[in-house]
Amino acid sequence: MNIVVCVKYVPDATADRTFEDDSTVDRVGVDGLLSELDEYAVEQALQIKEKLADDGDTEVTVLTVGPEGATDALRKALQMGADKAVHVQDEAIAGSCALSTSLVLAEAVKKIEGWDLVVCGMASTDGSMGVLPAMLAERLQVPGVTLGSAIEVDGDTVRIRRDGDTATETVEGTLPVVLSVTDQSGEARYPSFKGIMAAKKKPLETWSLADLGVDAELVGLTAASSTVEATEARPPRTQGQVVTDEDGSGATALVEFLASKKFI
Amino acid sequence: MSEVLVLVDSSSLVDGKVSKPTLELLTIARRLGEPSAVFIGDVSTAADTLKEYGAAKIYTVDDSEVSGYLVAPKAEVLAQLVEKTSPVAVLLPSGGEGKEIAGRLAVKTGSGLITDATDVQPGDGGSPVTTQSVFAGSYTVQAKVTKGTPIITVKPNSATPEKADGAGETEEFTATISETAKAARITASEPRKASGRPELTEAAIVVSGGRGTGGDFSEVEGFADSLGAAVGASRAAVDSGWIPHAFQIGQTGKTVSPQLYIANGISGAIQHRAGMQTSKTIVAVNKDDEAPIFELVDFGVVGDLHSVLPTATEEIAKHKG
Repeated sequence: MNIVVCVKYVPDATADRTFEDDSTVDRVGVDGLLSELDEYAVEQALQIKEKLADDGDTEVTVLTVGPEGATDALRKALQMGADKAVHVQDEAIAGSCALSTSLVLAEAVKKIEGWDLVVCGMASTDGSMGVLPAMLAERLQVPGVTLGSAIEVDGDTVRIRRDGDTATETVEGTLPVVLSVTDQSGEARYPSFKGIMAAKKKPLETWSLADLGVDAELVGLTAASSTVEATEARPPRTQGQVVTDEDGSGATALVEFLASKKFI
Repeated sequence: MSEVLVLVDSSSLVDGKVSKPTLELLTIARRLGEPSAVFIGDVSTAADTLKEYGAAKIYTVDDSEVSGYLVAPKAEVLAQLVEKTSPVAVLLPSGGEGKEIAGRLAVKTGSGLITDATDVQPGDGGSPVTTQSVFAGSYTVQAKVTKGTPIITVKPNSATPEKADGAGETEEFTATISETAKAARITASEPRKASGRPELTEAAIVVSGGRGTGGDFSEVEGFADSLGAAVGASRAAVDSGWIPHAFQIGQTGKTVSPQLYIANGISGAIQHRAGMQTSKTIVAVNKDDEAPIFELVDFGVVGDLHSVLPTATEEIAKHKG
């Protein structure tokens, strides 16, 4: 089986993230890394490969669209155990909206020969839209088996448990499939020392828009299908009163606070 | 006046009644044009309410080729209605499903998409301007769609539902569903049991528990019930298997913005703050006086939730007398 994992290089969510003057996300002032939620996608791809145990016929390719630094995200995935990496990098892509990004990703997937399964995380940790897996399935015209919290590949059937708001569903589709996985799908592994050493020798290709046959006019900030008009930092919250509980005094103070605010 | 399509499907019904977030969508739609509800399934228990909250039209769509499959058929229905009606916008609820339908619809119609709006207002020339909370609630962003039909998913609690009698004219719409759209099949579905408590994303008060509960949510639940609150949880509690994922608040769970949020035994990592820091009033109970959650609170108790919550629950009962 030929598995492609789509990953995103994002600004560290634990740092103070901010915007550039053109309202795009500041990707320079904050360290970037492999989006935490995409680690689950890499993990599931590796688990599928391990379970198939088809004499090494299964290959996991990790794919990203992003700036130069995005190579870091690919390397992390290679260290975890992916077999090879593809980096779509082109200055024209900067500032692309989800619609254009999905176009570039879809064309890149198509260029990966014999792909059977595309695995994505549930959302990025920066834009957090959570729409790319659905957009990719739409563009590739294959089943979108999305938001899986438990994943099973059975022959050419991909089956997931989907914990929806009103019901827990079993969803399945026949390969080729776009699969997205949640952070409930299973803890992602840490790269081992051996994995880190092995990753250095794994192939990492860089493709441009021209390589994909995508018109540069269709991507980037000027072609974006939505625009940010204003950004404003939310004023930090100021800490109110904090009391220490002694023999029930905390509960009394809490109830008094709630009553003073008319919650009871 | 131009139409605004609002997706309502049978999953938006709670006990046969139209859910509050749907009424909010209709209220928002009225600011932009004439609301047309797109109802997939049997509208009989919902039609009156949709009309009462301003639906000028109700497109009813047979769900025999829609239910049983994941989101793709719904996106096809909406795309065909967009072509028929050229609406000023399409509004959907901001859940996993709503966002996926929106994503597919954006590709089908070559349109811009905005997700997780907390406000939508008519901008210059009528094209909607949205407000979103980004970067774990640390920034507020105004945005608009510049291509195609604006497709916007809206979070619960983004408007107060207002009644306004609409014409409520029902029109049957026959959509053509492709075989490709029916490729992701739902082969089993087990409805979630109702807790009897308010819906997490709609509740005025949310009481949540984390690692500090040690796995026993009875004190958190008891305290929540004394306040008529919804119960939530941190990811740590969900990952430990103490409470289902549907209760998780944070980056990969629900975002809540209630009048009052009470975090119990939750340290307050960035991933959790992303889901609750726009709450009006924040209270925390935690044993660790260094827990980052205390940076956000209007009121905090450094103490053991296992003693603080039962005592507070009793005192509230007395207070209510």
